[in-house]
Amino acid sequence: MDRISQPPIASRLEPHRASRDINVPAGEPWLGRIDKGQLFRIVDLEGNQAVDTLFFSAADPRERYSASDTIRLQGSLYLTTGSVLRSTLGNPMLSIVADTCGRHDTLGGACSSESNTVRYGHHTRHMHSCRDNFLLAAATSGMRLEKRDLTCNINFFMNVPVTPAGKLTFEDGISAGGKYVEMRAEMDVLCLISNCPQLNNPCNAYNPTPIRLLIWNA
Amino acid sequence: MSPTQIPSDRLLLTETVPGGAMWSQVLRRHQTLCVTDLDGGANVALLLYNRDLLIERYNMPDTLKSQHTAFLTKGHVLYSDMGRVLCSITEDSCGWHDTVCGIGDAKLTRSKYGETRYQEHRNTRLRNARDELLTELAKWGMGLRDLVPNVNLFSKVAPDEAGQLQFVSDHSRPGSCVQLRAEMNVLVVLSTCPHPLDPSKHYGRKAIELQVYRGDAPSADDLCRTSCPENERGFQNTERMFLG
Repeated sequence: MDRISQPPIASRLEPHRASRDINVPAGEPWLGRIDKGQLFRIVDLEGNQAVDTLFFSAADPRERYSASDTIRLQGSLYLTTGSVLRSTLGNPMLSIVADTCGRHDTLGGACSSESNTVRYGHHTRHMHSCRDNFLLAAATSGMRLEKRDLTCNINFFMNVPVTPAGKLTFEDGISAGGKYVEMRAEMDVLCLISNCPQLNNPCNAYNPTPIRLLIWNA
Repeated sequence: MSPTQIPSDRLLLTETVPGGAMWSQVLRRHQTLCVTDLDGGANVALLLYNRDLLIERYNMPDTLKSQHTAFLTKGHVLYSDMGRVLCSITEDSCGWHDTVCGIGDAKLTRSKYGETRYQEHRNTRLRNARDELLTELAKWGMGLRDLVPNVNLFSKVAPDEAGQLQFVSDHSRPGSCVQLRAEMNVLVVLSTCPHPLDPSKHYGRKAIELQVYRGDAPSADDLCRTSCPENERGFQNTERMFLG
């Protein structure tokens, strides 16, 4: 285990008792609802797969996940067991209750065609990206979500270390096949995921793979 | 260029904003905003939008990962969510501007400094950055959906190896100055409320001076443009908005 990660905290919930069991293929989006009290697990099936994730209040999607409120209220940069995911109004949206990976990112954001041209060159302009997943899923959701609602997301299983001198890098993942993170919803939320298709950096080990989503009733 | 060196024929605006206040202003392309921390210890929660298309806005992750940094200083640029440069930091005597800690709210302000209602305190009541930014954004037809992670000018919060954050007190000296050159037509929205992780029990009411002056287009060897290959491409993307 990485020395700066938290020790793994496992869950006792059994997958066969889950009310929903969803496989999201590599590079695809998923949009679903998680009710207050339900438990939501994301499984990195094959390892080192970034899962770009946004949350919205189901009651009023104008209120949404806020990376900066989450960071300031926990006083640290990385997400793991005990982290409370906060909204733009400072309200708890979900709490991380189990984590066998140890650390997740919320500074790296989502890849987009436009930022890919900046980061990797204009030849990457037409590669698939997380934001294109978000935009299309939002546009076809019937939930009045659009670009304006997309903001700095969580990257589950992604490793973006920041040094005390302030250097930020994308590193090889610290996740592995079968590792998972589990959250309890503290309000009714909509969850918008892009199972990241990025091929230009190590966030998916250059080989995007499927993930599994499990939801248990309270 | 320090504030005193701005040629008078280029100076367009000088304004002092008290601590705990809010402000917004449009910068036309290549105008520069010079922000000075008059007394030291100021904090400026800053948001930037493309004036011509307000749903294009400052993007913290794209700014950080394109430049491999968690903080901002001279030579860095502030990216929008469309791979374009909103503003370049052309001068900075402060050295570290926070990008990750966001803003305080009414709950935080009440718990740290106590309840201060208008009825008893009039215009000395202690305001908070979330309410101020939402108020100022509303004047431009925007709201909660447009509130994204901001930059905190003049504040330094450094992480340790495990990511635990430590606010650095006395980081910005009196007279610290940062200059932002607009690379497109930009709407600047800001609040001068204290940083949310400032441990001081005293609500620092720190004033800033704002100056806007007419500048020139960046040259091919401009510091911000050439500080990394990513920024050269970011400038190219930005210039495509102004073809012809």
